[in-house]
Amino acid sequence: MEQWLPKLPIAVWVDDFVNWLTATFEVAFDGVTTILESLVEGMVAGFGFIPSYVFIILLTLLAWKVSNKGIGLFTLIGLFLVDNLGYWEPMLETLALVLTAVFISIVLGIPMGIWASQKQMVKNVVVPVLDFMQTMPAFVYLIPAIFFFNIGVVPGVVASVIFAMPPTIRLTILGIQQVPADIIEATEAFGSTTSQRLLKVQLPLAMPTIMAGINQSIMLALSMVVIASMVGAPGLGADVYRAVTQIQIGRGFEAGLSIVVIAIILDRITQNIGKSKKQGGTI
Amino acid sequence: MTNNPIKIRVQNVTKVFGKSKKAIQLLNEGESKAAILKKTGATVGVSKASFEVEAGEIFVIMGLSGSGKSTLVRMLNRLIDPSIGEVYIDGEDIVKMNKEQLREVRRKKISMVFQKFALLPHRTILENVEYGLEVQGLQKDTRSKQAMNALKLVGLEGYEHQYPKQLSGGMQQRVGLARALANDSDILLMDEAFSALDPLIRKDMQDELIDLQSTMKKTIVFITHDLDEALRIGDRIALMKDGVIVQIGTPEEILMNPSNDYVERFVEDVDLSKVLTAGHVMKRAETVSLEKGPRVALQIMKDLGISSIYVVDKKKTLLGAVTAAEANRAIDSRQGLMDILKEEVTTVSPETLLTDLFEKVSTASIPVAVVDENNRLKGILVRGAVIGALAGNNQDINHIHTAKSEAAAGQSGKEVKITWNNGSRNSQ
Repeated sequence: MEQWLPKLPIAVWVDDFVNWLTATFEVAFDGVTTILESLVEGMVAGFGFIPSYVFIILLTLLAWKVSNKGIGLFTLIGLFLVDNLGYWEPMLETLALVLTAVFISIVLGIPMGIWASQKQMVKNVVVPVLDFMQTMPAFVYLIPAIFFFNIGVVPGVVASVIFAMPPTIRLTILGIQQVPADIIEATEAFGSTTSQRLLKVQLPLAMPTIMAGINQSIMLALSMVVIASMVGAPGLGADVYRAVTQIQIGRGFEAGLSIVVIAIILDRITQNIGKSKKQGGTI
Repeated sequence: MTNNPIKIRVQNVTKVFGKSKKAIQLLNEGESKAAILKKTGATVGVSKASFEVEAGEIFVIMGLSGSGKSTLVRMLNRLIDPSIGEVYIDGEDIVKMNKEQLREVRRKKISMVFQKFALLPHRTILENVEYGLEVQGLQKDTRSKQAMNALKLVGLEGYEHQYPKQLSGGMQQRVGLARALANDSDILLMDEAFSALDPLIRKDMQDELIDLQSTMKKTIVFITHDLDEALRIGDRIALMKDGVIVQIGTPEEILMNPSNDYVERFVEDVDLSKVLTAGHVMKRAETVSLEKGPRVALQIMKDLGISSIYVVDKKKTLLGAVTAAEANRAIDSRQGLMDILKEEVTTVSPETLLTDLFEKVSTASIPVAVVDENNRLKGILVRGAVIGALAGNNQDINHIHTAKSEAAAGQSGKEVKITWNNGSRNSQ
């Protein structure tokens, strides 16, 4: 590089910024850590309280009800296999981590998407930020996450949220904006307020699209479990990570297979929740 | 045109999409739409439109696509804000209203029906029709009742729990109409409401609208690109071209006196048989009073060189017809007209469209009689005149005035006034 321009000290700036954040918002970060930790641990404890065969039957019935017999059967066999292989406990931890990350993605992402769909200015800011969140390698924001939230499940959840939230926001915006213009015009012509238009027309019509976004968020959160395990998040990811570092091909495959089973079950169930059974349900 | 109160008054309304300031200035300088687009990049949607719509009137705005008719109708409830101009609804300028006032007007005074129906796919038919009432905050049972009444009006009882997708296009638009009627607003804006329907259904819907209108007396602004439709349902028609209203008038005025070349070209392809009625083309009937007897009847027929004549009573009520041969026989056998009267004659009402009476005219052995609802003889249909009118021959077309002139009634009792010229004639 030419010498007329010295190297920009971006790394130093970021370090300084992170240090400042850590020092200034220590209390806030500690609070978030405590809340998330107890949320995930509470969930694991709750799941663990249910005997595995009851849990398997419940999930099987759910899968059968919202999709079909085939998926129900898959759930039954898949979860039985996970239990049989001895990954029941890590599977519950992974499930808790994913569900927590997705829950936060929904709680933050849908309002953000609604806001961005109503105001072009907001959308202009939000969309590039989403691009940044999705393309910046996930490992990179693991590092500050450790600073803010210590080692353990919390930085894993935070990293998963950052990685998994964009589809929910994006598809919420898309779903609302693709409601046909003539329908919007009709609601205007009958004198709807903005919130009436949103609640009675736009959100119901956007629901299938929003559900597709949530489904994507779940898949992305699942894909983060191995990376999250690098900062100490427990679960199936940790097993995979351990197998990789110790070159245990068999164990790695077993843990990976368990992740796939969970992924397919969650995918099929959430895919079908979005599809309303009634005739006029989708656009 | 009677003296009903003015419901909608549009004054000098202009809509420019894009850089409006410069464009409006150019517009005032008399530049054309194309020139303004070239100079400023702004599109003139509607240019200085002014018109009034009376209460209870069906006012049709007609033009080809891109003529600005849809933009104009959307400025009546400010789905599109006019760049300049005033829109008075019941004397209040809605352009000056704030959001809440405007919402109130949209909820209570103006309803709209859309070309592509614009129903809510996630709601049942009943919930769709309830929508306007729902946003007003009405109680569930009140609005259900009102919505059911509206569904009854459009003949969709029994479909209230279906979803829009389960209905055909024609039925969906009935739902759209019911939704607009449920609000019980005085003004109905219909934006190409029937254009997406196939021709047969469209005609049914037009008939039904006219039917409904005869009892409801709404003020309807109807947008269409179809001249036949405009002529069928419009009390008055505004013709638009390039954002400008080029002519406003009754269907007859538009057809018979096009104000410029554009209108003329527009109307030249009109199927006159679907516009003109029996009242337009009928000729004065030769009649004879029943009490006059066969001799008088025969004399009249001889004088006119015709072979049959209609017989009426003193009130001009049609009784039947006699032929010259029958009259001759009656004279010989000393019978009265009553005895030889042929009571089965083909009749039509003055409102019958030409297209619907061709068959009767071509198969009848004597000229078809035109009678009003009280069976009073109004005129007869002569084949030559019917064909002449279809050919656009103006002297074969009577100019019907809605004002009552009872010239014919005044002459009742006098048996005949036999002329072939066609003086002013009334339809009722």
